[in-house]
Amino acid sequence: MVTDATTETSPLGIERNVGNFAYPETHVHDAGTGLTEMTVHYISNIKNDPDWVREFRLNALRTFLSKPMPTHWASKDLEAIVFDNIRYYLSSGTQAKRSWEDVPEDVKRTFERLGIPEQERKFLAGVEAQFDSEAVYSNIKKAVGEQGVIFVGSAEGLKDYPEIFRKWFGKVIPTGDNKFSALNSAVFSGGSFIYVPPGVKVKHPLQAYFRINAENFGQFERTLIICDEGSELTYMEGCTAPKFNTATLHSAVVELVALKGAKIQYITVQNWSANVFNLVTKRGLAHEDAEVKWIDCNIGSRLTMKYPGVVMKGRRARGEVLSIALASDGQHQDTGAKMVHAADETTSNIISKSISIGKGRATYRGLVHIPKHLKNCKNNTECDALLINANSRTDTYPAITVRGTGNAVQHEASVSQVSAEQIFYMQQRGLTEAQAVSLSVNGFVNDLVRQFPMEYSVELKRLIELEMEGSVG
Amino acid sequence: MNQFEIQDLRATIAGQEIIRGLSLTVPKGEVHAIMGPNGSGKSTLAKVIAGHPDYTVTNGAVLMDGENILELAPDERARKGIFLAFQYPSEIPGVTIANFLRAAVQARLPDGEELEATDYYAELYEKMDLLEMDRSFTSRSVNEGFSGGEKKRNEILQMAMLEPKYAVLDETDSGLDIDALKVVANGVNSLRGPNLGVLLITHYQRLLDYIVPDHVHVMVQGRIVRSGDKSLAFELEEKGYDWVRDEVAEPAVA
Repeated sequence: MVTDATTETSPLGIERNVGNFAYPETHVHDAGTGLTEMTVHYISNIKNDPDWVREFRLNALRTFLSKPMPTHWASKDLEAIVFDNIRYYLSSGTQAKRSWEDVPEDVKRTFERLGIPEQERKFLAGVEAQFDSEAVYSNIKKAVGEQGVIFVGSAEGLKDYPEIFRKWFGKVIPTGDNKFSALNSAVFSGGSFIYVPPGVKVKHPLQAYFRINAENFGQFERTLIICDEGSELTYMEGCTAPKFNTATLHSAVVELVALKGAKIQYITVQNWSANVFNLVTKRGLAHEDAEVKWIDCNIGSRLTMKYPGVVMKGRRARGEVLSIALASDGQHQDTGAKMVHAADETTSNIISKSISIGKGRATYRGLVHIPKHLKNCKNNTECDALLINANSRTDTYPAITVRGTGNAVQHEASVSQVSAEQIFYMQQRGLTEAQAVSLSVNGFVNDLVRQFPMEYSVELKRLIELEMEGSVG
Repeated sequence: MNQFEIQDLRATIAGQEIIRGLSLTVPKGEVHAIMGPNGSGKSTLAKVIAGHPDYTVTNGAVLMDGENILELAPDERARKGIFLAFQYPSEIPGVTIANFLRAAVQARLPDGEELEATDYYAELYEKMDLLEMDRSFTSRSVNEGFSGGEKKRNEILQMAMLEPKYAVLDETDSGLDIDALKVVANGVNSLRGPNLGVLLITHYQRLLDYIVPDHVHVMVQGRIVRSGDKSLAFELEEKGYDWVRDEVAEPAVA
């Protein structure tokens, strides 16, 4: 089968700069700048939180304030985030609309420009669209809803489905996991709550789209997905923001729970503008015979720190992270994966590909943990880095702790370069320099992209092409 | 104007002059061979024609159908109809021949026009049949793990698909056994015709048994020192390059 992005049109319509526009702000609710207990109360009041959620937030705020920035191991660039200058909550209402007709005109136009309603009609089972702090639109196809699938915003989830929500909320990623998971836990707003009943296989993906419109803003969505026994789900998320001169913060927490035999595939196309600090915690819990697969692509942002993880809690559980990071001038993609084996016969697979261009920097951090008492666990880790132009930088920090003798790990890493001779060869066949570099990059990620769902792989190749046109020549 | 013309070309790399006042004309429809000893600048000439960024042209012109192409980027030259079959083609990991060629064919279409996939594959398979190539070949990554013969055949396949006006074949015979050489030569011969001019660069006369040139030029120290018909190749084979080298010394003094 031949795949080729150069002649395909883009079904997702996401382009590198397509998100670079903003409408004037018309927010009704604004928590102001800075973060104190008052901010948390403001958010809880607007959202009409139950008491336990308000308490949860206040505890999280204390944890956030007590934790140091992780600059002893992470980028010093984190110090450029001024928490007092950020606005933590902006919305024009807390109720997501079920029809695009009811969404305010400017906001609707934003998502139309990003192609969201069109994709929804074409190939999605449901869509949630978040604008700054709240979802403005949320809908699920009737047939999918009738199967008992719940797809709502996090606020609705915690109020309308407390018995499932509370059971898992904050259990996969505890508040104190890291400074930014604590921050999210204090001020979270928006994000999805999904429940798939036993045995239900959702054929088409559910999608969330996160849009930041406001300046000096922090977006803190919270997503919780529970797939009950033997069910299957693919979830896709996309994101864009206009390019501002000031720093924007995006700090999400995503928790996945795959009960016995369930399969969750979570796909991210991160295309934030180059002023966004993207500090996200994502983790899945895989029970017996369950599978959690993260497909994580980071193209945008100023600094991304994200290490999707899977805790394999039941026998024969499987975890997988397939990731692609593209770091252009002024960007640092600090990404990787965490695989925690907690039962016998669990298997994990990490394939990470990074591309650094010019002064762009890509860092891989991986953690694989297999304790001594486990048997027949397997991990495979592959990280490949591609450098374009001499200034780019790549680092690999794999941490693999395997104890006991009945387990197998395999780790491979490579660094390669797009050579001048290779580019000249391709130019001699009529490709521009940008097309040549883009084709080389597509070749580099090709074996990985082939494993992605079709709409998504075409989109990704297209996005890489656009990025190359901007950074080469 | 229907010709490829090199006028008093001089070119350097890292300040050292390699091409030293070379002039040559290849009318469309003809095959011209350039022969010469190692180090005479044959491969440099091929790269300068194609626009390799390592070389600096210090004098002269290269005219394709009357238009000087020296100011054009390598890809612009290629799209105008210059093709270089590389002596050492690069590998492009992960990119299949089918996709690579498709991108190259697409690059020649006007803006907004999309290549029809079925037409493209029909043509690709036709050209592959012509070159006696197995169809599975195109799903392999470009030149990755190819034998010498496969690399050269791949170059000729690309030439067949891109239909250049003028092609420079740089040592296309090097590294080929006799069977592979015959296949490649058949491929080139099948592309010969009134719409293609070929500059065939070779060290050995052997290739010229299979691709019979209309003219033969001998290159020594960055210049053409002798031109003649195909019998010149036999003469060279017999007497060796020392024969022309000695001759160069005389006009250089005069």
